[in-house]
Amino acid sequence: MTDKALHVTASPHIRAADDTPTIMWSVVMSLAPVVGASIYFFGPSALLVILASCAGVLLVERFFGTSGGKSLFDGSAVITGVLLGLTLPPGFPLWMAFLGGAFGMAFGKLIFGGLGQNIFNPALLGRAFLQAAFPVAITTWTVPTENWLSLRGDNFAFPLMSPSLADGMTGATPLGLMKFEQISTEILPLFWGSTSGSVGETSTLFILLGGIYLAARNHLNWRIPASIFLTVAVMAGGIHFYDNSYPGPLFMLCSGGLMLGAVYMATDMVTSPVTNLGSWIFGFGIGFLVVVIRLWGGLPEGVMYSILLMNALVPFINRATQPRVFGTGTQRQEGAAS
Amino acid sequence: MSALLSFKSGVHPPDEKAITAGIASRRLPFPDELILPLSQHLGAPAKALVQIGDRLQRGDMLAEASGFISAPIHATAAGTVKDIALWPHPNGGSVEAVRIKVDPYSTQQTRPRMVPRWEDLEPSQISDAIREAGVVGLGGAAFPAFVKLNPPKDQKIEVLLINGCECEPYLTSDHRVMLERAEQVHTGIRILLKGLGITKAVVGIESNKPDAIEAMQKAAPTDLDVSIQPLQVKYPQGAEKMLIKAVTGKEVPSGALPSVVGAVVQNVATVAMISEVFETGLPLIERIVTVTGRGIKKPGNWVVPFGTKLRDLLDQCGGLTDDAEEVVFGGPMMGLAVGNLDVPILKGTGGVLVLSKDECKQQEVMPCIRCGRCLEACPIFLNPQKLGSLARVERYEEMVETHLNDCMLCGCCSYACPSNIPLSQLFAMSKNQLRKISS
Repeated sequence: MTDKALHVTASPHIRAADDTPTIMWSVVMSLAPVVGASIYFFGPSALLVILASCAGVLLVERFFGTSGGKSLFDGSAVITGVLLGLTLPPGFPLWMAFLGGAFGMAFGKLIFGGLGQNIFNPALLGRAFLQAAFPVAITTWTVPTENWLSLRGDNFAFPLMSPSLADGMTGATPLGLMKFEQISTEILPLFWGSTSGSVGETSTLFILLGGIYLAARNHLNWRIPASIFLTVAVMAGGIHFYDNSYPGPLFMLCSGGLMLGAVYMATDMVTSPVTNLGSWIFGFGIGFLVVVIRLWGGLPEGVMYSILLMNALVPFINRATQPRVFGTGTQRQEGAAS
Repeated sequence: MSALLSFKSGVHPPDEKAITAGIASRRLPFPDELILPLSQHLGAPAKALVQIGDRLQRGDMLAEASGFISAPIHATAAGTVKDIALWPHPNGGSVEAVRIKVDPYSTQQTRPRMVPRWEDLEPSQISDAIREAGVVGLGGAAFPAFVKLNPPKDQKIEVLLINGCECEPYLTSDHRVMLERAEQVHTGIRILLKGLGITKAVVGIESNKPDAIEAMQKAAPTDLDVSIQPLQVKYPQGAEKMLIKAVTGKEVPSGALPSVVGAVVQNVATVAMISEVFETGLPLIERIVTVTGRGIKKPGNWVVPFGTKLRDLLDQCGGLTDDAEEVVFGGPMMGLAVGNLDVPILKGTGGVLVLSKDECKQQEVMPCIRCGRCLEACPIFLNPQKLGSLARVERYEEMVETHLNDCMLCGCCSYACPSNIPLSQLFAMSKNQLRKISS
């Protein structure tokens, strides 16, 4: 037998099939129905907004990323771009969406050292920036109109100029109606998605389907959305039972950005706890903050700030929920932050 | 499924056992030359008793144990000592080894009994006989088997656990032992129970071997408390601590031996060989070895004399395929890759795994995305993510505070990591560094 050059590596010699790009692209794929629904409800504007934010994210990653553009193919940047786009109003000026993506990527991710190093969800950080910079544009909601092809607002507003808000039909979101006018919205349109709101946040159905798909493939930690839903449902239910001028649990779950936030934003692996117990605590905190901000805060919606706040607490949650080492009694391991 | 006993965490690699599980073991022809390294076990290397030119019979002791944790080495075929010199060892280094030119005209028949009959022996004599016969754990670690029969005096042993899990993917040698030698396994259990002075034994077998479970149940004795316990299929179910947890529900305390919780664990192949040693009167000189993987032309299970060169064994199996990439002693999770086909088969070698290019593709290491899969996989509940980041900056003392010493290098974290970070490899390296620092 003639000898051939053999590989000599340290064990283990086999690897699980799932790798990081697979997980990231699977998240992107699971968002396809959500993107499809957003185009169905809001027309070409929806797609334009998503593409603009993706462009901002990808350009920054390409030119300022640590791996000289290689990281474009791991799928993580695309997720950030699509998710940010999905949280914006359909009539949002494209240059603002682009700027939000670029900011989120640069200050939400790259400044910390790139993939795996960031503390805050980059898409939400980009949105927080837009909320602070363009408070009017980001709260101008257009309702689905008869003409599917027409733009839903002033997408092509010139950079640094205020968009003309007169174009298109605008209307408050279900949460805005509830907060400022005490008008409740039917659950069915909320579930299906035919209400006004951000591009990809209106359809509970498609977001849930994507989440179930990811959970089944173990590409997201189901404990996080489960604990958020549970907390919101129990808290909102209790308050609604006590005083029914407050919205009921189903309305709270299906309205606003809760579904998208719970399924896709809070479950970002990098910015959520590494332990399962920590994931429950993390979800509980988000759910609690969402209810508090929505019911008693100045804003109709609080999912973004809730998640960002809890993101900041993740290192502490990790530290407090380190697993108990086998054969060491009942004591949890102390002080081992991640 | 939930009724099956197990431990928490762990991973589920594809078991790949169908390649060889159905192939009955066959005896490998004696090779022309045998290489018997003096270090085939955990502990001090044996001390050579022979000189160049000595003629040896099959079973003759050629090196004696040197110290308490050590084991003698015996000639595995009749022949002449050709050389005593350094020879490549599967661990990558070179070790003093006795080279024997096998006598082609010898019948290699059995000879006058060298090991006494166990029925007449006292418990301590059983332990001595097992020691003299050079029996070590055949599960992979090759820990001298008699040591476990002598637990510290203040610890009371309650149960003998027989490890028939064979949780490493691909390997089927223990499976074949249970199918083909179930009677022997039960005789071995009887001998060990006598040696330990207890009456209770449990054989743990993963449920992916229903035929082995059935064969073992059929052969079980009626006069002893020996039960066959099917276990969930999960890696590393066959790790000592995991098996004890699954069967008894007890956790072996960090840093302690199984005897602390009243258990002694022996591998099923070891038990079968203990029985064989007392039956034939020959010391431990051969074992069943699985040769498998998609990089070998004719996979199978073979009874191989120790010291057979890997090259000779692979030749018998049709040789390597064109896309063979890596040759591993042991299973894919904890096995040792070898780069030299002249290394010999040792007492602890339960399998030779030849992986094809597709089976062990090299993957790019990416940044940690904090998915937490390593924490979920670790059977000892460590935080491999934290340990890994400490290893990369060489903060070894801090790793010890983070329970590095509890890590058994099972490889679950590396297996599960989607970013292909070589976690358990880093931990093995860190342990080596710490050993260097402390010595």
